[in-house]
Amino acid sequence: MTIWGWRRWVLILPAFAWLGMFFLLPLGIVAAISLSQSADAIPPYLPLMSSGPAGLESHATLDNYRLIGEGDLHAYAVSLVYAVVATALCLLIGYPIAFAIARAPKTWRGLLLFFVILPFWTSLLIRIYAWIAILQPTGFLNRALRALGLIDTPLLLIYNDFSVVLGLVYAYLPFMILPLYGSLSQLDESLVEAAADLGARPAGVVRQVVLPLSLPGVAAGALLVFIPAIGEFVIPDLLGGPQTMMIGKVLWQEFFDNVDWPAASAIAVVLVALLTVPLLVAQRLLEREPA
Amino acid sequence: MPLLEMTGLSKRFGAVAAVDHVSLAIEHGELFALLGPSGCGKTTLLRLIAGFEAPDSGRILIDGSDVTAVPPYRRPVNMMFQSYALFPHLDVAGNIAFGLKQEGMERRRRDARVAEMLALVQMQAYARRRPHELSGGQKQRVALARALAKMPRLLLLDEPLAALDRKLREETRLELIGIQERVGTSFLVVTHDQEEALGMASRIAVMDHGRIAQIGSSAEIYERPNSRFVADFVGAVNLFDGTLGAGFNTLALAVPGFAAPIPLPEGVDLPEGSAAALAVRPEKLCLSDAPPEGIAIAATVTSVGYQGGLSVVHLATASGQVLKAQMPSAKAAAYSRGMVVWAGWNTADAVLLKQ
Amino acid sequence: MSRRITAFRAAALALGFGFLYLPIALLVAYSFNGSRLVTVWGGWSLRWYAALLDDARFGEAARTSLEIGVMAASLALALGACAGFALARFRRFRGRLVFSFMAMAPLVVPEVILGLSLLLLFVASQGLIGWPANRGIVTVVIAHATFASCFVAVLVRAQLAGFDRSLEEAALDLGARPWSVLWRVTLPGISPALVSGWLLAFTLSLDDLVVASFVSGPSATTLPMAVYSSVRIGVTPEINALATVFLGVVVVLVAVAFGLIARQERRRTVAS
Repeated sequence: MTIWGWRRWVLILPAFAWLGMFFLLPLGIVAAISLSQSADAIPPYLPLMSSGPAGLESHATLDNYRLIGEGDLHAYAVSLVYAVVATALCLLIGYPIAFAIARAPKTWRGLLLFFVILPFWTSLLIRIYAWIAILQPTGFLNRALRALGLIDTPLLLIYNDFSVVLGLVYAYLPFMILPLYGSLSQLDESLVEAAADLGARPAGVVRQVVLPLSLPGVAAGALLVFIPAIGEFVIPDLLGGPQTMMIGKVLWQEFFDNVDWPAASAIAVVLVALLTVPLLVAQRLLEREPA
Repeated sequence: MPLLEMTGLSKRFGAVAAVDHVSLAIEHGELFALLGPSGCGKTTLLRLIAGFEAPDSGRILIDGSDVTAVPPYRRPVNMMFQSYALFPHLDVAGNIAFGLKQEGMERRRRDARVAEMLALVQMQAYARRRPHELSGGQKQRVALARALAKMPRLLLLDEPLAALDRKLREETRLELIGIQERVGTSFLVVTHDQEEALGMASRIAVMDHGRIAQIGSSAEIYERPNSRFVADFVGAVNLFDGTLGAGFNTLALAVPGFAAPIPLPEGVDLPEGSAAALAVRPEKLCLSDAPPEGIAIAATVTSVGYQGGLSVVHLATASGQVLKAQMPSAKAAAYSRGMVVWAGWNTADAVLLKQ
Repeated sequence: MSRRITAFRAAALALGFGFLYLPIALLVAYSFNGSRLVTVWGGWSLRWYAALLDDARFGEAARTSLEIGVMAASLALALGACAGFALARFRRFRGRLVFSFMAMAPLVVPEVILGLSLLLLFVASQGLIGWPANRGIVTVVIAHATFASCFVAVLVRAQLAGFDRSLEEAALDLGARPWSVLWRVTLPGISPALVSGWLLAFTLSLDDLVVASFVSGPSATTLPMAVYSSVRIGVTPEINALATVFLGVVVVLVAVAFGLIARQERRRTVAS
């Protein structure tokens, strides 16, 4: 509105400056550090440029990226696969749940959504830790299965792909259900009834009417799961085995265990580059007026 | 000096001209109606006067000073919104006091004014209630009181009666007229209901596609419409199309179906041969069994619509034109479907419309 | 729809919620387990709650986390409300595209990247201008406020989308200047988003492990950091008690927030 005029900048500039300084600028610094070399100093890297006997000399190097090419590409691929599988499973599991909530009587919906969101508001760390107790060889699940006589020896349910994917799905399921619910709840009941009236059987109605109209929710949910899941650290660290090399874990280890900040930075840069396309897609999706 | 003067006001939205070179003046203390079908631009015009939209061209003057560039919070104009727009987090007294607080009125005077307003709209007992506890009619009174609290020179009312049921509409209409007379503020009412406009306003402007079609008193608009659009939009009307030709002394209208050219109610400055139409209101159309002395056409009764005190008799001419005649139900009882009668009128009761 | 569909929907809900709540239920149950081992049930006991109270590390860490949470949430609310309002109301302005990207990206960018980048910023800044001299509560607050504000912005935007603009116009019409309209009409009108935004930011801050690990210092150990190091060493049942307490507090907070919001919604739908 022209009514706001110059006043709009009073609202925009502080937030703009803050995010620019504490989100964009840091990313730029990461890119810069990714070009420097590790050193035994505080901070543990050489400055990009310093004045030496011959004037300004550059210490920039592409070594970190070379090392990634030699060793870590596998980890990116693994992370990608994990993220895709987790997203697909979240969609498969989350869709019926979102659908059921959207079709529930109005008075129930708020309550059901509350219970979907509630776990999200309690510590993820502690809930993942609970899964350790459940999935261990001596854990809850194995003991229950043994007690039921279904197995003799404990199943290997933890510190492998299964537990990592389970953890990812568990952590990100609410992020899939909420946008799906948003889309499905806007679905006009009369459209479904019209389709049924025209002769479509329930499965056909879902396939031809419900699914296409809920695609925006599907897209939003998929992005909200996929993008953060790729760089996930806590879940592969607690639930994965030593061979589970998700890129978030690699970055953490380079930074904290090897104290190789430039290497960690390079890993981060490549990860951001990988996520650029999904991020831009998310930007376009979320820029459309949210309901 | 008029209270409100608009000259050459225009506003486009995309390719559509919502308001197209509108010029209008409203006097102090008058109850003015802006009447038109949906999409004619009346709401846009209202918003331009209030200041929520900026015109593309033209000027708005209030008591002589140019307010075109003045933001809404500095104009001596207040609006009663169609949706009432009561602040849900304030009670009734808080809503009414809102504008007074904004202008810095001190507490005692403010409370006195709020009490005055509550009395004006008879909502004294509801001062502490919240908007969600009120009925539609009650919310409207609060909205009116809130808009009048600052004693604006001009009050804009956006479809004030639209959300009310019929009975409440009548009562509220009379109340609004009463309040306007008592307070003396000019009211500008926007409505699509011509009954409402005719019943409330001293002057009406009829709008069509962003332009003013006609301005005048209620009687002028109804009895002397200046175009087909106005004649047809305001009230029901019978329209007879024809060509101007030679009459007894001056030009007359030759209409198919009539034995002789129809004399015109007043002089006209159109050349012979041009197309024109005569508009006859249903209450002016008289039915008789035998052909009367003056203008008349034969028609068959198709239906009689009973409306209580009055009834409308629908007829069809030989050429298929539908006519409407309105009369007291006692008289209408004489007619039934299939009867052939003569429909006629007095020369002075018709209005000539140019095409 | 047929009864088969309804049964399917009921089953979906039951299985879904079962999946979501199984770990939580177990945590709560085992927090009362007299025995130390998960494998053995040693009768009902409150010993782990007592142990929790005695444990200095967790107490200190909890206090730190709460301090950080309150500050970060309040800061995030201010920033996020400005950003959300600006993006919702100002359709076109120079730099809007960049602004909306910056307000969206932290929502999804992996936490390791957020943490690493902020730490490098603080280190570089320390080298250049001497601030921050020590990383600790302040740096964690800044980091948390940054990504939490984006969540607040989403909530504010969503609520503004459904907000009745004629209320704002009425306020303008009655003489309120734009700031007054914002303060007296718009903000009260979107208070559910503001309340839930603050709570969401608070919870995100309380729950964050990765970012805090990067940007914090030796003086400030947050609760997740303490839990993480404890879990790495070995599972202690105190954690179960901690989790249950945590859960209880959050349930109460969230229930209150939802209650407030529901009441507001009821008022709103009747008001117009």
